[in-house]
Amino acid sequence: MSAAVEIPLQRDRAVTIFEKSREGRRAFVAPELDVPVDEDALPERFRRREPPRLPEISEPEIVRHYNGISKRNFDLDTGFYPLGSCTMKHNPKLHERVAALPGNARLHPLQAPERAQGALEIMWELQRALAEIAGLPHVSLQPSAGSHGELAGVLLTRAYHEARGESRHKVLTPDTAHGTNPATVTMGGYEVVKLGTDEHGGVDMDDLRANLDDDVASLMLTNPNTLGVFDTNIQEIARLVHEVGATLYYDGANLNAVMGRARPGDMGFDIVHYNLHKTFTQPHGGGGPGAGPIAVSDRIEPFLPRPQVVRHPDGAFDLDFDRPQSIGRLRGFQGNYGVFVRSYAYILSLGADGLQEASETAVLNANYLLARLKDKGIGEHLPVAFDRLCMHEFVLSGAPMKRNLGLRTLDLAKRLLDHGFHPPTVYFPLLVDEALLVEPTETETRETLDAFADAIADILRESADDPEIARNAPYSTPVRRLDEAGAAKRPVIRQPLD
Amino acid sequence: MSRYTSATDADRAAMLERIGVDSIDALFAELPEGVRLGRPLDLPAGRPEQEVYAHLRGLAARNVSTDDELSFLGAGMYDHYVPSLVDSITSRSEFLTPYTPYQPEVSQGTLQLMFEYQTAISELTGLPVSNATLYEGPSALGAAGFLARQHHRRTRFLISRGVHPHARETLRTMSLGWGIEVEELPLADGVTDAGALAEALGDGVSAVFLAQPNFLGAVEDLEALVAPARAAGALAVVSCDPMTLGVLRPPGDFDVDIAVGEGQPLGNRLDYGGPSFGFFAAQQAFLRRIPGRIAGETTDIDGRRGFVLTLQTREQHIRRERATSNITTAQTLNALAAVIYLSWLGRRGMVEIGELMLQRTAYARRALAGVEGVELLHEQPVVREFAVRLEADVAGVIERCAAQGVNPGYPLGADYDEFGDGLLVAITEQRTKGDIDRLASVLGDAVAAERRARRPEQVHA
Repeated sequence: MSAAVEIPLQRDRAVTIFEKSREGRRAFVAPELDVPVDEDALPERFRRREPPRLPEISEPEIVRHYNGISKRNFDLDTGFYPLGSCTMKHNPKLHERVAALPGNARLHPLQAPERAQGALEIMWELQRALAEIAGLPHVSLQPSAGSHGELAGVLLTRAYHEARGESRHKVLTPDTAHGTNPATVTMGGYEVVKLGTDEHGGVDMDDLRANLDDDVASLMLTNPNTLGVFDTNIQEIARLVHEVGATLYYDGANLNAVMGRARPGDMGFDIVHYNLHKTFTQPHGGGGPGAGPIAVSDRIEPFLPRPQVVRHPDGAFDLDFDRPQSIGRLRGFQGNYGVFVRSYAYILSLGADGLQEASETAVLNANYLLARLKDKGIGEHLPVAFDRLCMHEFVLSGAPMKRNLGLRTLDLAKRLLDHGFHPPTVYFPLLVDEALLVEPTETETRETLDAFADAIADILRESADDPEIARNAPYSTPVRRLDEAGAAKRPVIRQPLD
Repeated sequence: MSRYTSATDADRAAMLERIGVDSIDALFAELPEGVRLGRPLDLPAGRPEQEVYAHLRGLAARNVSTDDELSFLGAGMYDHYVPSLVDSITSRSEFLTPYTPYQPEVSQGTLQLMFEYQTAISELTGLPVSNATLYEGPSALGAAGFLARQHHRRTRFLISRGVHPHARETLRTMSLGWGIEVEELPLADGVTDAGALAEALGDGVSAVFLAQPNFLGAVEDLEALVAPARAAGALAVVSCDPMTLGVLRPPGDFDVDIAVGEGQPLGNRLDYGGPSFGFFAAQQAFLRRIPGRIAGETTDIDGRRGFVLTLQTREQHIRRERATSNITTAQTLNALAAVIYLSWLGRRGMVEIGELMLQRTAYARRALAGVEGVELLHEQPVVREFAVRLEADVAGVIERCAAQGVNPGYPLGADYDEFGDGLLVAITEQRTKGDIDRLASVLGDAVAAERRARRPEQVHA
């Protein structure tokens, strides 16, 4: 198929809200100025001379504009989103309703604790539930996303060592790690040391032993890791890490695999972060908001961020600021409370058995989809990177596909868009050539998984005849492949208004 | 309780058969014996939707929201009216439920709103470059600190005591591993002491952090503070309240290097403190050093205009330990609320709402200054918030006001030993003259009652 240049239809033209601005139009009607005017309220030298050039536009046009551009998005409520390590599970609709209750949505963060008892109870109960799920006794809800939780974990590690009079400099991360891990290590003021992966997809134990010494502050791990593989050496890893006095950090991106089956605390982890926007159904919002609470063991507890939500013996909930060894705040106020409400609603709805069933079904779905993708016509082009039972996600390598059909993983991903599927995570983890990281989650039906496998088979079959079709895909999307190199070379990152 | 899944027993059996195992347990067989939980989680059983709703509605009802009292609480988050169209648009699943726009062909809605948001923030701050949000205000200030630390390896931060106490504490926390000393600049008569700044500046200063208006509501003379900081080679970072930028000169007017701030006032709910967003704008020179996602304009292979995530070589998934930040998930939906809100206000509305706040705040300050037992904490110009001193126990006065359904503001003593008698009062466009008159009356009564209650000997004298 050729990439014929067509004249775009008017409806497909991207026009920004700034370009729709016309002098004199407006949506806002100001409340009456009901007080006597003080001409000297603000000295002239502090006054803005030209108003910011915000759009001048009416309410109906604002609605049309954003409804219009919304339709240029793919979203989870519309279709399958098997984005590995992102856990794109259904976002229950109840959660939006309870988060929007006035007592939640219009509660000021500095309201006195005695007049915010409902909110503090939700936070306290959520802390307890998360602690039980992770198998670690103390939780801080404060961090705002996974990477923020990681930073908290690294700073807690620093505080822990310093309280013991130790100064350590290195943090170990496996080469399967999410990029946030090494970036966090730098922000925490440590040096990154990368560990290799063994033939089963786990941490290379020889490499670990060779790199562990008393200058190592922490080892950051995801388990199951980003290959979808549960590291069966975890207890030995924990023993070795603790032997040199380091902490073991659990990146909770993949917690959806093991709820009710295994707990990071029982594996020997000292610090865990959760992604409430993954495992606990906060809608992802096109890139946030999320929340990244952390759980820690007793020896780390004194250093947790402040304030902590506590319950007094009389049953009253409170914010505890009196934490002399705390690393301090990581942000303003109490965290992303609106996210806590949604996640707490989810935990209440599912309960112990429901959470376990969620993880079990996530693993069942992943293994079923993996089995389907081993079908003739797929498996020889897209072999699984580590051929064993997977947990909630698995990695395929597109290397044979590239060799056999001249099709890159990127091309397969783009052609999947024409089939109505969001592609899996691509080119991650880095150590698998032409990687596709597939995470179906528990909320998808068997029919959807079958249709996805069929789409991949269709694309491979089509490409055996004519790889150009996929190489030029997508065709049915609001725009086609975009010039990303050009965008970075000559950055236009705001609307010019002159 | 099984929820939000579709697998029937028949599905499970067929799927297990296809996988080639005989049970769900077999899928978890690789978990070592020692790490298996081997018991149900110690959590209550699941509950039906209507019960969960009723329970959470009951808890929410135990909170006193801004619907339930006449609130003058601000101190970083403000009770502005959020127009209906914000809720209507942000609740659309097309905006609510996608992931980060990794596949731009099917993410043009999100990418375009990011581009529009960046434009709006750039306009508000008067700085050419904006990212597409960080988590929230204080950690955005900390992120500016990390940029400064990576920019030049100097060893001192100077931060005004006029910066929000949560931001000051966050900067200290975030910089624990940076080998940087955080020093606070004192206030004089409600604003940052320029003399103290001049004395503290030197070669070792990496960045100077200011707030506009500051935590006491006072308008800082940025001209007098930013120039010396920059002359000493330090980065000038200003945390500003975006709602004041219709009337106050923007940070870009003073050649600051970086402007950050809390975005909640722009169309986002209070939500007991989050989620909101932090904005981050900077001079062109920092384009390739700023943290977080940035959307950029480009074209597709057919020549159609489109948007992509750009300058990604700054980011953790490419640059790993050399990234400009570890941030991944930020606050895109909150940025959408902001750009809708700013479009709703529009070019003229932004000034009108600023002017309204300015005049009502001036009126409220005059009204409270006339109350027996209340005096101004400083006389600097203010826009939307001001500080007073009470000649009575502040906590006691707040309790007495609460009993009358009025929340008079934030007790400054929680963060400033030197202002143990201080109260910070915030005004939004939702607080009318009548509301302000009521505050003056209730506060006056409360102060008087508190003075009587605490000084029984004088009553008998």
